[in-house]
Amino acid sequence: MAFVLPPFFCIIMNTPAATAEHKPILELAGISKSFPGVRALHGVNLSLYPGQVTALIGENGAGKSTLVKILTGIYQPDEGKILLHGQQVSFSSAQDAFHRGITAIHQETVLFDDLTVAENIWLGHAPKKAFGLIDWPAMNAKAREVLGRMHAGHIAPEMPLRGLSIANKHLVAVARAMSIDAQVVVMDEPTAALSSKEINELYELIGLLKSQGKAILFISHKFDEIYKIADRFTVFRDGELVGAGLINATPQNAIVKMMVGRAVDRIFPKRQASKGAAVLQVDDLSHPTEFEGLSFNLHAGEILGFYGLIGAGRTEAMKALFGLTRSSRGTITLDGKLLQMRSAEDAINAGIVYVPEERGNQGIAAGLPIFMNISLPSLSRTSKNGVLQLKEELALARAYTQRLDLRAASLSQDVATLSGGNQQKVVIAKWLAMKPKVIILDEPTKGIDIGSKAAVHEFMAQLVGEGMAVIMVSSEIPEILGMSDRVVVMREGLVTADFENKDLTAETLVRAAAGIAA
Amino acid sequence: MNRILKSREMLLAIAIVVLIGGVATRFPDFASPLSLAQAFNDTSILIILALAQMSVILTRSIDLSTAANLCFTGMAVAMLNAAHPELPVAVIILVALLWGLALGAFNGLLVWKIGIPPIVVTLGTLTIYRGLTFVLSGGAWVNADKMSASFINFQRQSLVGIPVLSWIALLVIALSYIFLRYTKTGRDVYAVGVNPTAAVYTGIDVGRTKFIAFCISGLISGLAGYLWISRYVIASVEVANGYELNVIAACVIGGISIAGGVGSVAGAVMGALFLGLIGLALPVINVSPFWQLAISGAAILLAIVLNARSEKVAGRIILKKAQSA
Amino acid sequence: MSIEIRHIPDRLDSPLSGVLRSWEMLLVIVAVLVFTFNSFASPHFLDVWTLSDMTFNFTEKALIALPMALLIISGEIDLSVAAILALSSTFMGLAMSFGFGTPVLVLVGAVVGLACGAFNGALVTGLKLPSIVVTIGTMSLFRGVAFIILGDQVYKNYPESFDYFGQGYVFWVFSFELVLFLIFAAVFAFLLHFTSFGRRLYFVGRNATSAQFSGVNVKRAKFILFCLTGVMSGVASVLLTSRLGSTRPSIAQGFELEAITMVVLGGVAITGGAGTIPGVVLAALIMGLVTFGFGLLNVPGIVMSIFVGLMLIVVIALPILWRRFVWVMKNDK
Repeated sequence: MAFVLPPFFCIIMNTPAATAEHKPILELAGISKSFPGVRALHGVNLSLYPGQVTALIGENGAGKSTLVKILTGIYQPDEGKILLHGQQVSFSSAQDAFHRGITAIHQETVLFDDLTVAENIWLGHAPKKAFGLIDWPAMNAKAREVLGRMHAGHIAPEMPLRGLSIANKHLVAVARAMSIDAQVVVMDEPTAALSSKEINELYELIGLLKSQGKAILFISHKFDEIYKIADRFTVFRDGELVGAGLINATPQNAIVKMMVGRAVDRIFPKRQASKGAAVLQVDDLSHPTEFEGLSFNLHAGEILGFYGLIGAGRTEAMKALFGLTRSSRGTITLDGKLLQMRSAEDAINAGIVYVPEERGNQGIAAGLPIFMNISLPSLSRTSKNGVLQLKEELALARAYTQRLDLRAASLSQDVATLSGGNQQKVVIAKWLAMKPKVIILDEPTKGIDIGSKAAVHEFMAQLVGEGMAVIMVSSEIPEILGMSDRVVVMREGLVTADFENKDLTAETLVRAAAGIAA
Repeated sequence: MNRILKSREMLLAIAIVVLIGGVATRFPDFASPLSLAQAFNDTSILIILALAQMSVILTRSIDLSTAANLCFTGMAVAMLNAAHPELPVAVIILVALLWGLALGAFNGLLVWKIGIPPIVVTLGTLTIYRGLTFVLSGGAWVNADKMSASFINFQRQSLVGIPVLSWIALLVIALSYIFLRYTKTGRDVYAVGVNPTAAVYTGIDVGRTKFIAFCISGLISGLAGYLWISRYVIASVEVANGYELNVIAACVIGGISIAGGVGSVAGAVMGALFLGLIGLALPVINVSPFWQLAISGAAILLAIVLNARSEKVAGRIILKKAQSA
Repeated sequence: MSIEIRHIPDRLDSPLSGVLRSWEMLLVIVAVLVFTFNSFASPHFLDVWTLSDMTFNFTEKALIALPMALLIISGEIDLSVAAILALSSTFMGLAMSFGFGTPVLVLVGAVVGLACGAFNGALVTGLKLPSIVVTIGTMSLFRGVAFIILGDQVYKNYPESFDYFGQGYVFWVFSFELVLFLIFAAVFAFLLHFTSFGRRLYFVGRNATSAQFSGVNVKRAKFILFCLTGVMSGVASVLLTSRLGSTRPSIAQGFELEAITMVVLGGVAITGGAGTIPGVVLAALIMGLVTFGFGLLNVPGIVMSIFVGLMLIVVIALPILWRRFVWVMKNDK
């Protein structure tokens, strides 16, 4: 079956013809959706087959989340058809789609922390007794049963959701899908915050769902994951379908080409390690509950990677380095001077800056213009005696947005209207304007499309080339291996290893991070 | 975690017991069953209003107009009664409920259909409703001699030794509990407060749920309007002036989180009881009534501090040795 | 990576068009409408002395609205301002009864206001409690203390020099109250719109977490704002006590809601992160015009407040409905 593609880019994929037993459960044909000023989707097709995992791949802004919202009944398509078991349907609401068997698990839990596990599973279709009143004992019992079927019996139905780990919350989300015997399960970046053990458990669960004949739509940026569990793939770019086919018939590079419209050979720039003098010395930095005994040196012109599983304490350590949390003991020395770290202001004044993990919540202030976001930490420099100087701020913003190649219509534009990659550029610009000595990047390319990833990495290489010292916290092994000069591995709040990145293998890293003996 | 939730209500229950016990050491009559029943009766209206406000706060909204609603509906039924004393109390109560519902629905519609923040809407209707009371009555008062005997005495009658007013409060408590725990809309109220975005994905109409919460608040405020007027036998523009803050205070003391999604009927009832008991205890222990406002304020602050402790999300405990500490 | 340097303009539309389409413009229109209505409805309205009298009834509340605007922009709120005013007034009366002169009274008023504001600030920033419920509590606490001190008594014998603040004139028709308000309005406008402190407040109100991550000392900023609100309530207390010539514990009841109405009507988003001082000043003027105008027509205060409540709702609803109307028109093509 050949998929028709935009005229300037055509690939004919090698897929078997659909046979009677492999009829898709859900088909989207010619779906289009527009919002004021934005054409999110244009004429896309998608088919989801029973017992198979279809990976949905695409850059940020390619239209994936809009598609998911149409699939789950939150949005109505402007054009096109949805076919469920071959019958044309239209979902009147999210609830309607849910009851027809289409469910979704999102990155951030879209569940209710202050309600119990059982209630989260059965919300909206709770078992009722006389007079339409909710039957709590029955609800708890049924929840226990569904969780048992998923081998998740360790989760107690009466517990509030709040106390559960993210992995367990995902399990509850899947249990919700099972509670109505959903036919289609959409998973949107489900492994984003999971440890590798939890990821494997999720794969097993996916296997279980497959064996029950469910169709799974799996959205992910991680190619290793996609190639491990997906059977088919579909690629979107700029709201259009640009390719689809079988995973085992398609090399990774081909898919990347479809995503980006060009070959991206290297997203890790080649560079000479030009290590300068030691800039930052951290000695026995400790926190009562989050990490202990953190000691390392950082040199100018060096990228120090921090690897570890989720919850290893890396972000917590960085926040202490940046003054956001108080350490209980230990010293931080910058350029030979011992630092008193009582607040972020102290860190910034000393020359240490932090690009946080959560861009939206911690990095930018949505609703305010780009140039104001950029000038915020620099206000004391751009202002005269506390009085704002708009000209200076705009000049500052202009300089740094040009340097980072920001894509925006104007500097007064609301920063929230930018894509993820461009928002990250604003955050980086904000800190570069402070001319720091040390820049800490926490998961700098998380949730960013591959084109912007390459741009950020290229830029990091430039920065160290100019003599800056960079700490990069990352959970992606290729990124750690591709970018770092040295790697520190943390596990459960302690440093377990400190490697030179010479002949370092993924295996070594994982062993150090998971605490597996060599 | 359930233990912590229970302990918030538990703390409050203990505080109430301590309060009663403390007063009773000097004035044992205070803790007598008759006196306690009297205290419940005296606090009934506050309890009813707190339950009304509770649904609104649960949905992350606030209703500053409950007292003004009460004032208007009270005046409306008082005037109705003065003009037509032959109308049975049941009709009076029905009219009160309908007016209360209408005023509450107005609030709800502005929040739902236009999307104005609840604090702004009810800040506006607070003055509008009270002003309308003046327009309705022409500034005149309605007092006892204009009210019919049945109007005044209905809530004072005793059924099995308990005044009808207390029975009404118990009824509202029971209905609130059933609504919030056993009906879909009641659970929707919690869901909307805990996570409005997730609620949308689960198919809950957030706006409509808030609308229903405001309708309930209005309905019960209307009922409270009749009860207040018949209890204090006066209907004027000044009735319950500023009382909405007492109601919110009762909810806060009762552990209803201002951030929405958290709070129980038991908590709201006990919060109201606690506030009410303070007011009743002061004259008993010979403290000038001028101390009441300050003590209520201190109680509210204490409750907030204690509630915040139990709601606090602990920092991540990553170090193994810290976990077992 | 592109080779040519991308040029991004500073802004897409001219500053003037921004002003014309702004909330403040809407308020100017409303103010003009109310003013016109008043001049037709009441023959004596257009007299300068009448207009000067009008300013008395809103300047005290407007003085409180100024720091309240900054506080709400930063994402907090203070419902205890009227109670702070009452407590300041009570302490001033207390000082007066001990024989202290006017300068000391003014100092007492401001200091008590500052102390109350600091108390609020400490609870909100130090213990991390939500300001709406904290200030509902302190509202009762502060006024409660005033009741404990005064009971049902009144302080009446303020020194003559004290009368100047609330009843005196600086120049011709311009009362001390009005002049003081205008000065403070200018100060607050400068603080909010032209200083880095003011700029940071917008960030704190939009996203306190990202502001903190950008090095803004969120706690300190909010604490300062609570103190400022307290002090200004103390200043307003001096003016009001001086104008009334007496202190009762029930003084200024309802001022907090009127001040908040001025702020919200003035275009400050109740959720924080947006709003201007000119808007608040215009809103205060509108409310003054409305209440005074109705007063001239002998409309009872409580009926007038219906109009204020309606105006608040209508003015907030208008832009929302307008935006919806525009969107529907656009998409009907």
